Amino acid sequence: MLNSVQDAGRLGYRHLGVSTSGVMDRLALQCGNMLLNNPAEAACIEIQTFPFSVSFGSQTGFSVTGGHAPMTLDGKPVLPWFALCARQGDVLRIERPVAGARMYLCIAGGLDVPVVLASRSTQLRGGFGGWQGRPLQQGDELPLCNLSCVEEVGLVPPAQALALKAEGTDEKTVVLRVIPATDYTLFTGDSLKQFGAIGWQITAQSDRVGYRLKGGALRMREPVELRSYGVVPGIIQVPPSGEPIIQMADANTAGGYPRIATVIEADLWRLAQARIGSFVRLQLCDHAQGLAAAEDVQTYLKNAQKNLMLYRKSFSRRGAGHTGKQA
Amino acid sequence: MVECVERTAPATALVNGEPAISMIGTSAMLFEAPGEFTLACQRRIWALMDVASMRADVAEVMPGVTNLMLIFSTPPECPDEVAADLRRAWDHLPEKHIKGRQFDIGVRYGGELGHDLASVALHTGLSPHEVIALHQAPVYTVCAVGSVPGFGYLHGLDPRLATPRKTTPSLKMLAGTVTIGGPQAGISALTGPNGWNSIGFTDLVMFDPTRQPPALFAVGDTLRFHAESIEL
Repeated sequence: MLNSVQDAGRLGYRHLGVSTSGVMDRLALQCGNMLLNNPAEAACIEIQTFPFSVSFGSQTGFSVTGGHAPMTLDGKPVLPWFALCARQGDVLRIERPVAGARMYLCIAGGLDVPVVLASRSTQLRGGFGGWQGRPLQQGDELPLCNLSCVEEVGLVPPAQALALKAEGTDEKTVVLRVIPATDYTLFTGDSLKQFGAIGWQITAQSDRVGYRLKGGALRMREPVELRSYGVVPGIIQVPPSGEPIIQMADANTAGGYPRIATVIEADLWRLAQARIGSFVRLQLCDHAQGLAAAEDVQTYLKNAQKNLMLYRKSFSRRGAGHTGKQA
Repeated sequence: MVECVERTAPATALVNGEPAISMIGTSAMLFEAPGEFTLACQRRIWALMDVASMRADVAEVMPGVTNLMLIFSTPPECPDEVAADLRRAWDHLPEKHIKGRQFDIGVRYGGELGHDLASVALHTGLSPHEVIALHQAPVYTVCAVGSVPGFGYLHGLDPRLATPRKTTPSLKMLAGTVTIGGPQAGISALTGPNGWNSIGFTDLVMFDPTRQPPALFAVGDTLRFHAESIEL
């Protein structure tokens, strides 16, 4: 597990073998940047190793999104999914999340790391982008772009607004909608039944590259020999062991294992927040349902944006000012 | 909402010489050509790559080995219509001959950095010198670049040199290692775990994000290997 600088991803270089990288939970980054009125491409710190603490070198607005983690700013409890202001020298401490797996620290104006191949994301495998092409280490000092303070406003987290349940699953099971992929029909009937019916456990061999699941073995009716093809985050491959792998943000751009299904784009944030040891249910859906799910995410974001604008207007009308500046 | 014609199976298998076209999620489509891995087939994939990248709804195209992935900027309402377009194009497209760059690559065969040379020889029933001679003989073509930054999928390995990947991968194979994995030749682009058999080493840097273009190889480039040294 490691923490790294990430943005919305490095697009347009797959044909050179460069995976998209970027945050695992796109929705959390979008919300975090929206809370701060940041450009959508602003980079953040993706935190997946806890506790994490950072000291602010200057007064600035920030937000923490992703899961739900206990946090303190200057020793006082603060909440995720809020835009907040830090004074110079304040220490933000983020504990291990009680819900979700990854937290995202966005800073007003974004992190000022060099843009490499059109992105500020860390390409961990290639060793470039982000902060010196590597995971963050204790003592790193990251430059910021345009410091500014922000109004203290919050958002309803997607986990609440876009909650998804499946019949026969407990509260903790993460439901992911998947669309059958290229080799779906080549698996045995029993395997296909098992695929959608059981709770797959996320193993410890899961990281930004991919999630390895356990709980059963999926078998093909006969083995197939595949030539290397393009891989995108969310694709579920079945290696010879029969235990599926879901490729994620840092996956290689090409692969050769049989493809049973793909987690829809609109549910990848759920998977990004699913913890090692927890269970996922893979629920089949079709293309139209996949598009509708993406529309739900867009509606959530539009509503969030609208509410934030209303808050900001009422703030300026009341002359409430910038809470951070009172400090 | 647009009404699409229902499709029963997610994909057709590679039968009857028909391409197999399948959706990978809502925003990617994979086109797989029927038949053997030949340069002629790959050249048609390159032609299809041009056609696909002209589409207004396509953000990226990613060629693989006799296949092509389309990444949509806007997911199609009716994937079958896109698939039909691709099928029509495939039926009529001529091969695209790319005049790529030519590389003549000096290899230090064998030694510590090519220490699987002996096991390739053992597997193929050839002497190490014969392996090296057969490896140097053909002109290889870069069919696609992918997997990791700058890695070129090469066509051209003599089938007599085909050697299965190692059951236990090397944990830290250096970038620049000249390899054979199954029926394919390669040059590793990144230092890291690698299951291909190392037979030599070159100093060429496959990928440098500060270079323009960052990847040394592009599709259609051709390369030959020659021995700078041999250490058995």
